[in-house]
Amino acid sequence: MTRDEALETIKAVIEEVVPGADLSSVSPRENFRAPLEMDSLDFLNFVELLSGRTGLALPEQDYPSLTTLESCADYVAAHTQGTQQDPS
Amino acid sequence: MGEFTMPSLGADMDEGTLVEWLVAEGGEVARGDVVAVVETAKSTIEVECFESGTITELLVEPGTTVPVGTPLAVIGPTASRGRAPSAAPAPVLTGPALTTPLVRHQAAEEGVDLQAVHGSGMGGRITREDVSRAAHPAPARITASPLARRLAESLGVDLASVKGTGSRGAIKADDVRAAAGAAGEGPAPAAPAERAAPAGPPPPPAGTRAAPPPGDRLAIARLMTRAKREIPHYYLSTVIDLASALEWMRTENGARQVADRLVPAALLLKAVALAAREVPELNGHWSDDRFVPATGVRLGTAVSLRGGGLVAPALADADRMPLPELMATLKDLVARARHGRLRASETADPTLTVTNLGDQGVETVFGVIYPPQVAMVGLGRVTDRPVAVDGMLAVHPTVTATLSADHRASDGADGSRFLTALDRLLQHPEDL
Repeated sequence: MTRDEALETIKAVIEEVVPGADLSSVSPRENFRAPLEMDSLDFLNFVELLSGRTGLALPEQDYPSLTTLESCADYVAAHTQGTQQDPS
Repeated sequence: MGEFTMPSLGADMDEGTLVEWLVAEGGEVARGDVVAVVETAKSTIEVECFESGTITELLVEPGTTVPVGTPLAVIGPTASRGRAPSAAPAPVLTGPALTTPLVRHQAAEEGVDLQAVHGSGMGGRITREDVSRAAHPAPARITASPLARRLAESLGVDLASVKGTGSRGAIKADDVRAAAGAAGEGPAPAAPAERAAPAGPPPPPAGTRAAPPPGDRLAIARLMTRAKREIPHYYLSTVIDLASALEWMRTENGARQVADRLVPAALLLKAVALAAREVPELNGHWSDDRFVPATGVRLGTAVSLRGGGLVAPALADADRMPLPELMATLKDLVARARHGRLRASETADPTLTVTNLGDQGVETVFGVIYPPQVAMVGLGRVTDRPVAVDGMLAVHPTVTATLSADHRASDGADGSRFLTALDRLLQHPEDL
């Protein structure tokens, strides 16, 4: 998964968890949970859906890497390298 | 005969809107079937019926808002379809009604048949309020359109004196106007007659409702005002070290698929439920000037809704539910509270409510008790704090747990036992 694809996937998942989320108001390096009012169950839901879309296990100790759009996209792009081919 | 009435889906609900019928006239229903969808000021809820039989008549059209207790449908015995509902004498006995001697005494005095009363208390228990409602059911027994009801109220017309010309004698707005006009010449109270005096169309009743406060705000306002007026609250607070609980959870989650992972809230809720079992003085309802302890723990969980508002669905048997199951139930309840529909049975009669700020927000919350409950547990944000461990300073995740409790039902010592038990339980997460 390229970084752009990762970012698109992440945004799509967030919009699914928080319907009507205004992602344009969230800066890339900001923890998106507070501005989007995601509680712990919302975040778990986010991780669950993201895991399903990317095939990544997303262990709990990696949660801190998943809390900004930028770090999350980096994480997903890096961890999907080699584990799966870029979709053609 | 059985009537399916607008249920009370929370102590703060006065009226509800029938959104949709999921059954048709002539359809057979069994106790526990979801038969209708009702919208309250706060959420949309699927409502189950309490008895089995055949729907002989649907009394209320979708889109109609009616007060709690208004008959919505008539449920007859399965064999007797088509019988006129009002004439149907056939009592479907479902065992003796749950009452207290006090209630039976009041029922006898007011001439109320307890078998015909739907108990709104715990486990279908009939309270004195239910008997009073049954004894003075005037508004609920009259079929009238919502507009007609509002008009009658603003014109000071007693609906019982109005002859309805709608289908099955339902009172329409025009009937009320006609009655108001006639009342001007009759022995009606002076004030309403004066208001009705100008001939022609009366002022639209919408005037008073042009910009009502949002329904949920009004409902919360009423309930919280009642809580603070009637309940002598006392407040306790303690800081609980969560290091071992969260460490245990992390280890557990390491071995779990994402879908089965726990969140701290699940541990906290389970511990609250177990502590409530240890201190029964906090788990139950204040009813008829006395405390009625609950037999199980139905843990109300305040869930904030996107765009404002709160609902508090109940986790039934939270004290006995294994942690993974409690977690799954919590996820399901919160998701449906926010995006979909709750069942009426899931909103009914919590025995204790928790407001949990999770990992966002502030550190301490002192809640206001939801009557008729007698306590509210507040859990603040889980936050790192310096703590003393074996004489050394360490930084651990902690939570400030608070208790707002009803001094009529319990004393500070009880509340203190509760928070102490909560702390102890959270130090042994493997036993939760």
